[in-house]
Amino acid sequence: METVNVKINGRDYVVPANATVLEAARAAKIDIPTLCYLKDINEIGACRLCLVEVSEGGRPFRMVTACVYPVTDGMEIKTNTPKIIASRKMNLELLLSNHDKKCLECVRSTNCELQTLCRQYGVSESRFQGATNHYTIDDKTPIIRDNNKCILCRRCVAVCGKVQGVGVIGANDRGFDTHIASAFENPLAATSCINCGQCIVNCPVGALYERDDTEKVFEALANPDKHVLICTAPSVRAQIGECFGYEPGTDCEGKMVAALRALGFEGVYDMNLTADLTIVEEATELVGRIQGGGALPMITSCSPGWIKFCEHYFPEMTENLSTCKSPQQMFGAVVKTYYAQKMGWNPEDILFVSAIPCTAKKFEVGRPDQSAAGNGIPDVDVAITTREVGRMIQKAGIDFRHLEDEAFDAPFDIGSGAGAIFGATGGVMEAALRYAAELILHTKLEKVDFPEVRGTEGIKVAAYKLGDLTVRVAVASGTGNAKELLNKVKSGELDVQFIEIMACPGGCVNGGGQPIQPAHVRASVDLRAVRAAVLYNDDSLNNLRKSQDNLAVQKLYDEFFGQPNSEKAHHILHTSYIKRGL
Amino acid sequence: MKKKLTTVVFRGTPEQEEKLIAAIDKYKGVKGAMMPILQEAQSIYGYLPIEVQKIIAERTGVSLEEIYGIASFYAQFKLNPDGEVAVAVCLGTACYVKGSGQIIEEVSKQLNVAVGSTSPDGRYSLEATRCIGACGLAPVMTINGEVYGRLTVAEVAGILEKYR
Repeated sequence: METVNVKINGRDYVVPANATVLEAARAAKIDIPTLCYLKDINEIGACRLCLVEVSEGGRPFRMVTACVYPVTDGMEIKTNTPKIIASRKMNLELLLSNHDKKCLECVRSTNCELQTLCRQYGVSESRFQGATNHYTIDDKTPIIRDNNKCILCRRCVAVCGKVQGVGVIGANDRGFDTHIASAFENPLAATSCINCGQCIVNCPVGALYERDDTEKVFEALANPDKHVLICTAPSVRAQIGECFGYEPGTDCEGKMVAALRALGFEGVYDMNLTADLTIVEEATELVGRIQGGGALPMITSCSPGWIKFCEHYFPEMTENLSTCKSPQQMFGAVVKTYYAQKMGWNPEDILFVSAIPCTAKKFEVGRPDQSAAGNGIPDVDVAITTREVGRMIQKAGIDFRHLEDEAFDAPFDIGSGAGAIFGATGGVMEAALRYAAELILHTKLEKVDFPEVRGTEGIKVAAYKLGDLTVRVAVASGTGNAKELLNKVKSGELDVQFIEIMACPGGCVNGGGQPIQPAHVRASVDLRAVRAAVLYNDDSLNNLRKSQDNLAVQKLYDEFFGQPNSEKAHHILHTSYIKRGL
Repeated sequence: MKKKLTTVVFRGTPEQEEKLIAAIDKYKGVKGAMMPILQEAQSIYGYLPIEVQKIIAERTGVSLEEIYGIASFYAQFKLNPDGEVAVAVCLGTACYVKGSGQIIEEVSKQLNVAVGSTSPDGRYSLEATRCIGACGLAPVMTINGEVYGRLTVAEVAGILEKYR
C-alpha cells in the first residue's frame, strides 16, 4: 500500500496515499465530527461539520472539508483550532435556525447526531432567528418523513438510490426551498417505496422514523378479554441489547423473552419455528418445481421489502417468487387457525404481535391474501420493530440489563439453527439447502454447513452436487444488488435454480427496524457481520441444525397440515402477489 | 421559489412522443446527458409534465425523482405550460423598486393564477422574470411578448381585459 507522511495536530503519521483527511484522522484515533458523511455511500461535503485546516507545500493554512479532501505527502492538518471550532459551531447554529427544535418529543432524542454535536459544541438553540420552513408530515406509510427535522444531509437519498436501487426520494427545488421529497411532491405511498427503512437507520436526526404501533399493543395488553401473543424474529435477539447499551453483537435472547413476559404477553414465541416451517414448505416447493416443472429460478419470499421491490421493478418475475408466506405471516396464520382451534379460542380474541427488525413487515401485515382464519381477520395484527420493543420495555420500567434469562413458551418454543440464521444474508439459502439435500438424496446429511453462501458480500453464487442433480444457487442482499443479480438472470448471463433475496444489505440483522447506530459507529463496526455472528453462533451451538428435525414443526404437520405443500398448507401458509409496476 | 405543480391536463401527441424518444435514444450511453435530454423534451412539449418525465425515466433508467430533482432545481425548466395568454412580470431590480411586486400580485389576483403556474384550463399563465432589459420603462410586464411599461396597479385590470 502506498503511503504518505502527514502531520495531524503537530504529530507525525503515515497514512494510505488514497485516504481522505477524515480517514487519515480517524485512523490516527482523532475524531472529526460529521453529519452528512456515510462511508462509501454519501461522501459529498455538504454539512460542513468536518471542517479542518490544512497546509500543503508550506502554503498558509486554509479550511477544507475533511470527508472529501485527499491527503498529500507532507500535508499538515489541524483538526481543533479555535477558528475551526467556531466555524463548526456556527454551522450547527445555522442548521438549527431552520430546524424544528422540539427535541423533548422527538423519537431520536438522546440518539440524535445533531443533538449530540450541539451538546458537544455548546450550541445555543436560538442564536439565529429568521424564516423557517414548514412542511406537512408524510405519515401514510410505515415510513414517516418529517422534513421539519431534516438537515438535508442526503444520507437517506444516497441509501435509497445508490444502495437499494429504489431512488424514490431526492432533493427537490433549490436554495432555501430545497427539501427531500418524491417526484412531483407525491407522498411515499404513491411511489415505488418498498418500506425497507434503510433511510431511517441512516438518518442522523428525527426526520425519518417508523410508524409507532406500540399503543395498540399496550391497549390490548390491558384488555383482559384479549389473548395477546408475540413472536420474535431471529435477528431481534441479536439487536435488542443495543437499545439497552450493550455492544452490537450481544445475544440477549433470554433477557428479551423475560422482558416480553414481564410486559404481560400471554405467550412469547420463537419465530425461528416458523422459519423452519417456511423452509419445509419452500424447499418442498423448490424440489417440486425442479422435478415437476414450474417457474425457475425460484426466489425466496421472506423479505416483504424484497417482495414489493419485485412487484414494482420485476413484475414479470412474480411467478418466480415462492408462494410461501413469510415466517411472520405463517406464525400468525398458524396461531389463528391451528392454535385457536386447539385452545378453543375465537381467533378474533387473539391479538398477535410480531417483533421484527423490519419496517416493511408493518406493510406486510396489511397485504391482501394474508388472512388464514378468514372473515378479514389478519394473520398478524401488529408488527413492531426492535426499536419499538425497546421503547415498550423502557416505558414499562423493566430493568432489562438485570433480568434473569427466560425461555420461550411451548408449543412454539423450538427453533433449529437453520431457523436462527434466517436473519442473515445467505441464511435462508443455507437452511433450505440443509433440507433440500436430504429430500433429494434420501439420506441424513453429515455436513450441514454451506459456507459458500455465508458472509456479507452483496451477491454470492454457488453450485452443489446432490446425487445426479447439480443445484445452482445465488444470494443477494440489498435490493440494489438484487436488481443487478436479476438482470444477469434475465439476460441469461447467470443460470441458477434458486435465489435468496433479502431487501436489506446483510439481511435482517441490518434491517430498517433495528436499533439506530450513529454513522461513526457504522463506519467502524460492520453491524451486518457482528450481529450475524450471534445467529451463526446460535446455529452452531444448537443441537437441532435442520428445519426438518424440528419436532414442533413435525407436530404441526402430524396434527394439522398433513404433508408439506398439502392443500391445507397451501390455503394457510401460502399467498399471492401483485404486479405493481412503476 | 418553490416550483408549482401544474393542474393543466396533459395534451401530448404521438408525434411529440416519437420526437422525445428519438431525442432520448440519441444520448444512449452518454454520461451526464440528462440536461440536454430535458432541454430537448422542453423544446418539444414546452414544459416538463409528469407524463414526459416518466417516459424519460423509463427509457433512461434514471429514477423519476432524480429527474424531478433536476427539473425543479433549474430555473430554465418549466413544470407548467405557457398559457394561451402568457403574462410575465419583471422582478429585476429596477422594476422591483418601482413597484412590480404589487403589479404581479394584482395580475395574480385578477387572473386567479398563482405566480409560476397556469390556470387549469390552460388559458392564463403568470411568470416572474429577471430583468428583461427595459429598465427605462420600469415597472414592466409582457403579455405574449408584447411589452407594457410604466405600469400602475390601477392599469392592470384594463390591460388584461383585452385578453379575456
